[in-house]
Amino acid sequence: MSDKILKELTLKIWRQQNAKAKGGFETYKIRDVSGGTSFLEMLDILNEQLVSENKEPVAFDHDCREGICGMCSLFINGRAHGPDDEVTTCQLHMRRFRDGETITVEPWRSGAFPVIKDLIVDRKAFEKILQAGGYVSVTTGGVPDGNAIPVANEKAEEAMDAAACIGCGACVATCKNSSAMLFVSAKVSQLALLPQGKVEAARRARAMVATMDELGFGNCTNTGACESECPKKISVEHIARLNREYLKAKLQE
Amino acid sequence: MNKLNAKIPEGSLGEKWSNHKAHIGVVSPANKRKLDVIVVGTGLAGGSAAASLAELGYNVLSFCYQDSPRRAHSIAAQGGINAAKNYQNDNDSVYRLFYETIKGGDYRAREANVYRLAEVSGAIIDQCVAQGVPFARDYGGLLDNRSFGGALVSRTFYARGQTGQQLLLGCYGALNRQIKNGGVKVYSRHEVLDIVVIDGKARGVIARDLVTGKIERFGAHAVVLATGGYGNVFFLSTNAMGCNVSAAWQAYKRGAFFGNPCFVQIHPTCIPVHGDQQSKLTLMSESLRNDGRVWVPKKKEDAEKLQAGTLAPNDIPDAERDFYLERRYPAFGNLVPRDVASRAAKERCDAGFGVNNTGKAVFLDFKYAIDRLGEETIRKRYGNLFQMYEKITAVNPYKNPMMIYPAIHYSMGGLWVDYNLMTTIPGLYAIGECNFSDHGANRLGASALMQGLADGYFILPYTIGDYLAKEIQTPRVKTDAPEFEEAENRVTGRLRALYDIKGTKSPDHFHKHLGHVMWDHVGMARDAAGLKEALRAIEELKKEFYRDLRVTGDFTAMNNELEKAGRVADFFELASLMTRDALERAESCGGHFRLESVTEEGEARRDDDLFRFVAAWEYKGEEAEPALHKEALAYENIQIAQRSYK
Repeated sequence: MSDKILKELTLKIWRQQNAKAKGGFETYKIRDVSGGTSFLEMLDILNEQLVSENKEPVAFDHDCREGICGMCSLFINGRAHGPDDEVTTCQLHMRRFRDGETITVEPWRSGAFPVIKDLIVDRKAFEKILQAGGYVSVTTGGVPDGNAIPVANEKAEEAMDAAACIGCGACVATCKNSSAMLFVSAKVSQLALLPQGKVEAARRARAMVATMDELGFGNCTNTGACESECPKKISVEHIARLNREYLKAKLQE
Repeated sequence: MNKLNAKIPEGSLGEKWSNHKAHIGVVSPANKRKLDVIVVGTGLAGGSAAASLAELGYNVLSFCYQDSPRRAHSIAAQGGINAAKNYQNDNDSVYRLFYETIKGGDYRAREANVYRLAEVSGAIIDQCVAQGVPFARDYGGLLDNRSFGGALVSRTFYARGQTGQQLLLGCYGALNRQIKNGGVKVYSRHEVLDIVVIDGKARGVIARDLVTGKIERFGAHAVVLATGGYGNVFFLSTNAMGCNVSAAWQAYKRGAFFGNPCFVQIHPTCIPVHGDQQSKLTLMSESLRNDGRVWVPKKKEDAEKLQAGTLAPNDIPDAERDFYLERRYPAFGNLVPRDVASRAAKERCDAGFGVNNTGKAVFLDFKYAIDRLGEETIRKRYGNLFQMYEKITAVNPYKNPMMIYPAIHYSMGGLWVDYNLMTTIPGLYAIGECNFSDHGANRLGASALMQGLADGYFILPYTIGDYLAKEIQTPRVKTDAPEFEEAENRVTGRLRALYDIKGTKSPDHFHKHLGHVMWDHVGMARDAAGLKEALRAIEELKKEFYRDLRVTGDFTAMNNELEKAGRVADFFELASLMTRDALERAESCGGHFRLESVTEEGEARRDDDLFRFVAAWEYKGEEAEPALHKEALAYENIQIAQRSYK
C-alpha cells in the first residue's frame, strides 16, 4: 500500500499558556506529510519543527497511541477525535485529509473540563463520578469461584459493549449541554447487567448521577450526538437503562 | 556479604508459599492505620496493590504520570490472562502452568516464584469476575477460554480483544472505592524521579508535579515500584509513549540491583513500520495466531513481486505458500512462543522472503479460518483488532492477509527482587513488569496480566506485612530530613543540567537515534562485535546529547520536553547496562539470541553450565563499572532440557 503525500497543510491550533492565561489560535504550515502518518505523529512532526525554531511545542495529551487508554482528545475540524468514525485521535490517519486543507485543532470545550495548557484539559470530574460508586464493592479475597454464578452470554456481551468506554470525554465535548450521561450510563449499565453488580445497582445509579450533577455537567436532551462521536460506539441505549435504574432507585427511596 | 539472598522458603515446591505465609509477620489493624505505603504506577500491579493495601488498612499514596490511574499501559493488553482453572477439562493444573512458564522462559526463572504465581492464578479470575469484569462466556453462561502460545491447554480468559482494559478497569474500580473511603490518595500527573533512602531503608520518593513543574517530597514506611517495563529504550515499541525506566533506574542508582536487563521480548505480531516519522508500533494480539496462519511465498520471485507491489497476496496459490511455522514446528505450529515466532519471521525476511515494500513483513492470514468458521465468527472473536488494523493500514483483513513483523514489547528483566518481591534496598519493593522474577528469558502470552495481578492482589499484600510488622514503632516519615533535601537537590540538579544545555536538538531526536542503535545491535540477533559497537555508539550519542540537547519551554511549568529529556537521559544509562549484560551472557536463551550460540538447525542454544543464573547488576558510581552478581538457578522439580516446540 502506498500512501499519498500531503504536500502542504495549514494548522490552526489553540494555544494557551496555562489554566489562567487567555488562549488563542496560532497558524502553522506543515509540509510533506504521508497519508500513513497518524494525526498525533503529524503533531510530533510539527513539534520537532517548532523546537528547531526554538519555539515551544504544542502540548497535547496522549499515551498508548492504540486507541485504548483514552488519554488523547482533540476537537479536529469541529469533531471530537476528527473526521473518521470509531477511532480516537491517535488512530486517525492523515489519509483522511486533503492536500492543502486547513485543519483546526481545539481542546475539549466543557466547563467541567478546564484547559490546563494548549490542548490538554483536566478530566478529574470523570474520576469523581466513578469514585462515587462506579464499582462493585468487593474486597480482595473471599469471593466465590469464577464459575459459581453463570452469566448469560448475551448479558455478558452487552455488559462488554458498555464496558468498552475509554473515558476520553468525547461525549461531553460533543454534547451541546456538556452532559456526561453517556459516560455515566456506560458504567451503570455494565454493572447493572451483571449479577455481581446488581446488588448495589440502585445505590450506584443514585450516587453517580448526584455527583455528575454537582460537578456542573449539563442535562441530557436526547440528541444522540454523544453516541455518534463516541470512538467506541457506546450506545445511547445505555442512557435509557441508566434512566430506568435511576428511577427504580428513586422509587425505592 | 552476599546481598543476593532470594529468601526462598523451605519445604517442597507445593508447600513453600503456604509455609511462608504461616510464618511471616502480620500487622494488626490498629497499627496498619499508622503505616504509609507509596505505590508508584497504577497499572495492573500498582493499581491492585494500592487497592488491596488500602483495603487492609494501610494509608496508600499512589502515583501515575497520566491524568488518571485508568490510563496505565496495562490497558492496552489485548488477548487474555492465564489461569490454571482446568475449566476445559484438558488436564491443566498448577504444575502444568508452572512447567510451561518455566519452559517458555527458557529455564531462566526461579522455580519457587513461578510455582506461587501458578498457585494464585485461579483466585485472580475469581476476583475479577466478582468486580464485574465482563469476561467472554459460553452459551451456558460459564467462562470461556482460548489458547495462547507455548501452552498445550486452553487456559486463557479474555474479554474480547480488550482483556487488559477490562482487568485494569476492574482494579481501577477497587482503587476508586478506596479513594472514596480515604485509604488511597492518588497523585496523577506526577512523575516519580528519585527514591529516598534513610539509614539504608526506602523512606520516600521525590516527584515532579507535571502540571506545575514543582518538585515535591513524599515520605512513607515502604515504597513499591510498579512502573512497568523499559521497552521504550528502543524508541519504537508497543509501549505507551510515556512508559519509562526513570523511577526504577534511580532505584538502581540508590542500591537496588537490576536483574537480567538484556531480557526483552520481541512480539511477533505487530503492524510493520511504515516510515521514519513513526512514533510507535501497534500490536496485533497473539490470540490471532489461534486462527491466523503465518506464511511467506515459497518462491523468491513471488516475494520480490509482492515487494514491488506487482502481485496480490491472494493470487499466490496455497501450494506456493510457505507456512514456515507449521513446517518448522509441527507440534505447536502457529502457536510457538513469541521469541521463536519472531526469530522465524526475521529469518525468512533476512533471506529475502519479506512481503511488503520494506521486505520486513510476513503474512498472517485468516482466509482459512473464515472458510472454516465463517466471517461472523471471526468478527466476533477479533472484530476490534481487525477494525484497528484496517484503520491503521487501510487494508481490509477479512479480504486480504494481515502483514505483521516483530517489535519490542515487554521487559522480562527488571529490578532484582527476592521471594518477598523486595529489592536489595530494604523497604523498596518491585512488582509486575518492573521486576525480573517470573518470566525468565521469555514471557508467555497472557502471563503479564496474570503476574501483575498476582503480585498486587495476592502476594505483595502478604509479604510487605512481614517488613512493616517491624516498622510499627517508626513514626510517620517527615520529609524535612537531610536525605530528602539531598534527593530533591539531586533531581532538580539533574533536570536543570538538561534544561541549561541550550543546544539545538530535541529529546526525541536523540531518543530515535538511541533506538536505532539498540534495535540494530541489541535487538533480535546479537553478537559480541555488534554489542561492543553498541556500547561505543551509545557513549558517543550520550556525549552529543549532553552537548546539544535543546529543552524548550519553562522549567517550572508543564513541560513535555523536559519530561522527555529526563526519560531519555535515563534510557541512555539503561542502554549501556542492557548491552553489557547481553555481552556478558554469551548464550542464546529466550528473547536473548546470540549468533555465536545456535544449534546446527539454527535454533537457540542455551548453555546451562555457564549461564544458568540470574545476572544482578550493582551500581558502583557514575565513572565505575557496574558489578555483576550471580544468583544460581536450581531446578529441583523440572527436568531441564533444550526447549523444543517441534
